[in-house]
Amino acid sequence: MKTNDLILQTVTKIVLFVVILFSIHLFFAGHYYPGGGFVGGLMTSGAIVLLLLAFDLKTVQNILPIDYKYLIGIGLLFAVGTGTGALFFDAPFLTHAFDYVYFPFLGKTALHTAVLFDTGVFLVVVGVTMTIIQTIGEDE
Amino acid sequence: LILSLLHIAIISPFLLSIFIPILYKFIRKIHTGWFVLPLPILLFSFFLTFISRTKHNERIVNSFEWIPSLNIDFTVKVDSLGLLFALLITGIGSLVVFYSIYYLSSDKEKLNTFYVYLLLFMGAMLGVVLSENLIVLYMFWEFTSFSSFLLIGFWYTREKSRYGAQKSMLITVLGGLSLLGGIILLYIMTGTFNISEIAQQTSNIYHDPLFIPALVLVLLGAFTKSAQFPFHIWLPDAMEAPTPVSAYLHSATMVKAGIYLVARMSPIFAESALWLWLVGGIGLITLFWGSFSAVKQTDLKAILAFSTVSQLGLIMSLLGIGSAALHFDSIGDGVFTVATAAAIFHLINHATFKGSLFMVVGIIDHETGTRDIRRLGGLMNIMPITFTLAIIGAFSMAGLPPFNGFLSKEMFFTGMVQIVDFKLFHLNTWGILFPIIAWVASVFTFIYSMIIVFKTFTGKFQPEKLKKKPHEAPFGMLVPPIILVSLVVIFGIFPNILSHSIIEPTMASIFPSLIKEKEYFAVHITFWHGPTIELFMTIGVVVFGIILFKTLPRWKKLYHLLPDKLTLNKLYDSLLERSEKGALRITKGYMNGFIRTYLLYIFFFFIFILGFTLYKKEAFKMETSNVAPIGIYELILALIIVIGSVTILFAKSRLTSIILLGAVGYTVALLFVVFRAPDLALTQLVIETVSVALFLLCFYHLPKLKRNEEHVGFKAANLLISLGVGVTVTLIALSSHSNKLFPSIAQYYIENTYKKAGGENMVNVILVDFRGFDTMFEICVLAIAALGIFSMIKLRLTRRKEG
Repeated sequence: MKTNDLILQTVTKIVLFVVILFSIHLFFAGHYYPGGGFVGGLMTSGAIVLLLLAFDLKTVQNILPIDYKYLIGIGLLFAVGTGTGALFFDAPFLTHAFDYVYFPFLGKTALHTAVLFDTGVFLVVVGVTMTIIQTIGEDE
Repeated sequence: LILSLLHIAIISPFLLSIFIPILYKFIRKIHTGWFVLPLPILLFSFFLTFISRTKHNERIVNSFEWIPSLNIDFTVKVDSLGLLFALLITGIGSLVVFYSIYYLSSDKEKLNTFYVYLLLFMGAMLGVVLSENLIVLYMFWEFTSFSSFLLIGFWYTREKSRYGAQKSMLITVLGGLSLLGGIILLYIMTGTFNISEIAQQTSNIYHDPLFIPALVLVLLGAFTKSAQFPFHIWLPDAMEAPTPVSAYLHSATMVKAGIYLVARMSPIFAESALWLWLVGGIGLITLFWGSFSAVKQTDLKAILAFSTVSQLGLIMSLLGIGSAALHFDSIGDGVFTVATAAAIFHLINHATFKGSLFMVVGIIDHETGTRDIRRLGGLMNIMPITFTLAIIGAFSMAGLPPFNGFLSKEMFFTGMVQIVDFKLFHLNTWGILFPIIAWVASVFTFIYSMIIVFKTFTGKFQPEKLKKKPHEAPFGMLVPPIILVSLVVIFGIFPNILSHSIIEPTMASIFPSLIKEKEYFAVHITFWHGPTIELFMTIGVVVFGIILFKTLPRWKKLYHLLPDKLTLNKLYDSLLERSEKGALRITKGYMNGFIRTYLLYIFFFFIFILGFTLYKKEAFKMETSNVAPIGIYELILALIIVIGSVTILFAKSRLTSIILLGAVGYTVALLFVVFRAPDLALTQLVIETVSVALFLLCFYHLPKLKRNEEHVGFKAANLLISLGVGVTVTLIALSSHSNKLFPSIAQYYIENTYKKAGGENMVNVILVDFRGFDTMFEICVLAIAALGIFSMIKLRLTRRKEG
């Protein structure tokens, strides 16, 4: 099923970055506005799926040589690690902490450990969707 | 930190096991065992320092709240009983690790997995003997079964290893589950998992109807673990494990966990007659059957396995009989307590002589390539050091002076003879069986001990039957058994170095109710008691033993009297085979391979259980007073959803179905927008996109859609079920809106989202913070699903190639 869909490919090349940037925005906005690790992760996978639709599997693998199975593991480590980190401060598992810090240029910024946890969610979601799609897609 | 040094001691083997694969991968030049060895030595010296405190019946307790809402605390208690086992685990552990460095070659064996399993076991076993909380104890208990399974199956390419591993797993896990049942019954009666707190309530629970079931269940756990008759059948098959493992797990430590449990639970159960008869009786039967079966074996390790079974029975029976002491108010002149003292003393002795014998057999196997006594013989001149070690170990096992086995066997006889004088529980009539069986079993013990030494080391040397040219073992393999054998001699000549430091305080932890403040048990072990009945029993054992050993070929036919079909092993095999076949038949009955059938089951059950609950609880209610007005947008969207769903039913191709399904999904997302739930809408939109792509991918692989092959009855059933699901969900939705049984928790989140979590998007804060645990497990489930799909598709391909 080799097609040469010029319009889709050209549009994809531009839209891809918009989608990914938007997904990153969604991810960071999560704590205050609609968004978060789950949606962000799904959006990123959506972008990669778009890439898959426009080009074929091999090309995408050349562009993004990532083993998504490892991404799942890293994500889980992030999530569990953030939870375990609380134990070192004598707090129950998965207790989050946050503080407000003043950065030059950025001004008052909130820093959350929840973001680390959400990073885990993000990575797992991307890893899981892409692992599933890739394995089924590769299957002859 | 919150954890005490004792907690760290228990956890340290687990921690080290994480690093073993890394060390193995990067430092191949050094045998991985050298990295493991320091830990048990360190732990052994650490636990040694506690002797000076436990000697005075002191208890060191360190608690760490683990799951306080369920009364589960990780409490570590060091008393003399626990300490004795901890010393055995770490002491024998050090020797076994040292031995294994020479036994397992670093270029042929998978050392990384071996030492990981061994360390898992060591940590788990320490956890069992030092935990005060029964649930924690149970957790570690199962961990020992699990690591034993892995170690027996270490050479997993061998059929017999897998068989032995499975057998031990099935039997010990059966016991583990019944132990859990017993623990729960104890909790129901007393409201605590804490062993000493339960023991304080013994007099209250003694007449509880649950007391006897709890006792039986706990004993079932102990008997399966300690290979007591009729559950002993797993231990001989466990000998497929590498010999260091057999020496460590299946002789010195893990199989003694059952004995530990019986000793530990004695303060709770031991006053009941059933306890005395069950523990004493089963122990005695095991003692006899084990020693009787050991004589007919031809494999050295099989002899040792049955001998371990029999010795475990001996210790068990002593513990059972020792409970008779509880029926007296004071320890007075020490009547009946001698049995318990003998149990503890023999436990230590058994670890020393059996450990050394296993190592000796390992050396023979390693140097000659066989363990079959029909091929061995005349090794005395070739392996003089090994021969000396074997003689001391086996003579101690046979109960000959001046070794430690002689002393504990004398005490064992004393206990067995004394029990006849006990006036309760019909022991003065039936009790006479105890010394008789004990004596007969000792004769057989004597015979197989002689077989081990003389069939291997004397007689004709047959080099043509051996795979290798035998020579003396390397020095490193000899050091651990030499240390153990020296202990056999030292404990034999100076038994009282143990009696004050370990045996007396351990008796105090088994029978805390017998001693008052500042009172101690007094144990003094001596060689010469004068011409007592025990002495004549020992002389009888030696005389009859020698006669029977010399005439062995003549009466060996006796063993063929029991037909093969009636053995316990055959029973186990046929049970396993039948349950496998039965399970397969049942599964095939309802798993026909069609997803639609499974959906039918699921939905039928769904309607049944929810509809029934709704009806039974009279929960259906429709309230229209508090309903928001229906806007035009909602109406349109709902209409689209209905039209979309109905159209799917009539779609001719899969592609149309998928697109229609996607349309329904997007419309639902729009509905969320209307209801001002941007997070949900966003997620729904993206999920819809990704899942449509996924469906397209999957459907590409499926064959063309075929229709109209189902008959009318099947369609009617489908119609009924789908209608039922729709009606049930609608009814529940209406009722849940109308029944406001408790105030919504939304207010809590509205108030606390900013205050406690510093966020403004409530949905996201709930996901990552308030209910972070849920999210964590959800992503775990996602990960499992992805890896499952990956392995199913990838593994299927490789398997097809093989077939």
